[in-house]
Amino acid sequence: MSENKSFWQRLKSWIDGEEILIDADKYISTRERKERVSYEKAVSMERLRSNSTLYRVLCVAITVIFIAVMLRVVIDLPMFGDPNGVTVNEVGQRYLEQGIEETGAINFVAGMILDYRAFDTFGESNVLFMAVIAVLMLLQRDKKNTSAAEDQEMAEDEVFDSQDSKLILKKGAKCLAPVVILYGIYVVLNGHLSPGGGFSGGSIIGAGLILYSAANGQKKMQTFFTIKTLTRISVACLLTYCGCKSYSFFTGANHVGWEIPKGTPGAILSSGFILPLNICVGLVVACTMYGFYALFTKGEV
Amino acid sequence: MEHHLNLVHNIPFFSIFFAMFCGIITPLIKNGRTARRLHGFMVLLIGALSVVLLVNVTQNGEAFTFMMGHFPAPWGNELRVGPLEALLAVLVSVVMFLTITGGSDIIFKEIVPEKQNLYFIMLNATFGAMLAMTYTNDIFTGYVFIEILTIASCTLILAKGTKQSIVGTTHYLVFGCMGSGLFLLGVCILYGITGHLLFPQIKEGVAALMATGDYHFALMIVVSLMFVGLGIKSALFPFHSALPTAYGSTMTTSSGILSGLVLKAYVILAIKLTFEVFTVQTLVELKIADVMFVLGVLGMVMGSVYAVRESRMKRMLAYSSVAQIGYIFMGIGLGSVAGMLAACFHVFAHAVTKSMLFVCCGAFIEDAGGKEQLENLKGAAHRNPLAGIGFTVGALSMIGVPLFAGFISKLYFAMAAVEMTGPRLVLVLAALAISMILNAMYFLPSVIAIWTRPKEDGEGASKRAQISSTFALAMVLFIVVNLVLGIGYRPFIDVMKLGIELIQMTL
Repeated sequence: MSENKSFWQRLKSWIDGEEILIDADKYISTRERKERVSYEKAVSMERLRSNSTLYRVLCVAITVIFIAVMLRVVIDLPMFGDPNGVTVNEVGQRYLEQGIEETGAINFVAGMILDYRAFDTFGESNVLFMAVIAVLMLLQRDKKNTSAAEDQEMAEDEVFDSQDSKLILKKGAKCLAPVVILYGIYVVLNGHLSPGGGFSGGSIIGAGLILYSAANGQKKMQTFFTIKTLTRISVACLLTYCGCKSYSFFTGANHVGWEIPKGTPGAILSSGFILPLNICVGLVVACTMYGFYALFTKGEV
Repeated sequence: MEHHLNLVHNIPFFSIFFAMFCGIITPLIKNGRTARRLHGFMVLLIGALSVVLLVNVTQNGEAFTFMMGHFPAPWGNELRVGPLEALLAVLVSVVMFLTITGGSDIIFKEIVPEKQNLYFIMLNATFGAMLAMTYTNDIFTGYVFIEILTIASCTLILAKGTKQSIVGTTHYLVFGCMGSGLFLLGVCILYGITGHLLFPQIKEGVAALMATGDYHFALMIVVSLMFVGLGIKSALFPFHSALPTAYGSTMTTSSGILSGLVLKAYVILAIKLTFEVFTVQTLVELKIADVMFVLGVLGMVMGSVYAVRESRMKRMLAYSSVAQIGYIFMGIGLGSVAGMLAACFHVFAHAVTKSMLFVCCGAFIEDAGGKEQLENLKGAAHRNPLAGIGFTVGALSMIGVPLFAGFISKLYFAMAAVEMTGPRLVLVLAALAISMILNAMYFLPSVIAIWTRPKEDGEGASKRAQISSTFALAMVLFIVVNLVLGIGYRPFIDVMKLGIELIQMTL
């Protein structure tokens, strides 16, 4: 029984979205059955391995070409710190010569990222916030991404955690974590006076929190730091940042005046908005670091 | 120097900050529906303000820069606003509002209740980042907001929470990081050879380098890195393979936003870079324009070829986006003002049309109980006639039938091609013709399929689906906007022309 579809029938079936089969019976009897590819199988190692030689050759070739091109560009570029290079221009000159007067910060980097180019830094702190929200979306345990087996595993983990005394770790963390966090606070608060600032100080504080949580378990951590605390701190800090900078962008761009007093350069309470902004950035960074750690280990903060 | 307070000039700054503010405050709102209302209010307000801004800059025929803070151009950040930017902001607001209004049922159905507010954080951030990329006059600000947009768009795909959507996100993320990385590398080298980060100053630096011939190779690599980076992010032809997996695996609302707007944000940045940093002439001299032209033409044809072979509607629409991005890059690659004008108009036409198609597709799939094979969608338009009409309008617009937006952009592409001579003329016209036939080949069957009643009319097959009032509102407005762009296109073209003239003049 051979099936000779007319042109019209074929067009019709194609419009209907069916597959067009010429000599369908013959095709059906001789075809190789394709396995239905599910998404989990689509990324299986066998399928990747079957092309591994090609991938390897291409990887190496593309990387070598890219490295060669980049090296060629680097040879062309002016030397780093070359006094005749184009990057030594009026921009850097003003940052260095008038930075203290205009921003009140002795640390030029803080003056640059939190005053001259504060809009970029606002974007950067939002990147961190978005990242932690994205991880929350992915990993926070809900009915779609957890199974009974996982729940059981978590419960067993907790039992083992509570049975294990981990004396050295706990004592060590008890001594070390406060010092680490205190040092982080120092780096944040002195961001406008010495090297450091919100980003570096915040990651030190975050490391302190992670150390405490790793030693004492998440249960203990949750007595004072939950997902609520994390979002509230992050939101409050970003809102402060948003508010401060809206004020200074609005007044600056419209030449309204009402500038924030800069204070005496070198004093801890100086440099206008830079100190509060450093604190905000520091807290956001600390929350982000700890949030990542907690979500990736347990799926909850 | 006389300065007076001009409140209209504060609108771009306010728009960006208000969008980010709403994103930051949303975690405190636990209820998804309240978060949606805040989002809708924010988009409407910014849309209305952008219209005011647009009317103002168009009437005055002006473009202005807005100092972000107390420090002028080479020291502080800056925004630049002209008619083109203001018009783009209006487009982004309109499409965002209509897509979310039309697709909100799917959001609330697919995402677990406790995570719904997180989705709206990402939408607000996406909106703010797109506005910032439209208005920025600083290359590093551009990069920072590319990062925000990358994270936010990955999360929009991820939000569905299924295994497929995680695979889709991974594909999208790998390509996205690749694109951002190349772009950042380009920014670093460009800073190394010009010493500036603001567009006008870099433009001077690049002009000087082109005149003296210094760092010629480095400049060529910079331009390639930045445009390839943006090309990867906007799914230009050989870098498109993440798109169908990502769009096919997620909610149609996310796909509509990503395809209609997010891809365009990178294209807009590429157009801004072309005019405000490198100039068209430099791109032509460095042969980058040729590369974009060839990739664009290839994309136009290959995207449609892939789409013809696809039997799942969401993936078909994704491949269709690849083809349409090809059109836009072809327009940029022509290296003429007419080509750029056509590319700009196509940004509009495609944003309006593709978001509508995705929203309709979402409604069909919803009515069919989650099946997305074309044969399962047979008769879908009888179940939901409004979505059927919307899909038909969208398909006709994409094919390029007169009265709809897609026709006008194809007309302008053809007009831009006629200005060219030799192989380019032939290539553009041939590619337009072939791509139009291919468009018809995959859109018409799906239109016919959704309007055909299935033979075995079991119960439920042609039962009317519940059409919510928000969906109806969004769909009617989508169709109106499409017709407005397709019939009353003159004022839009005039504003774009004015915008492009003003962008070229500033140095």
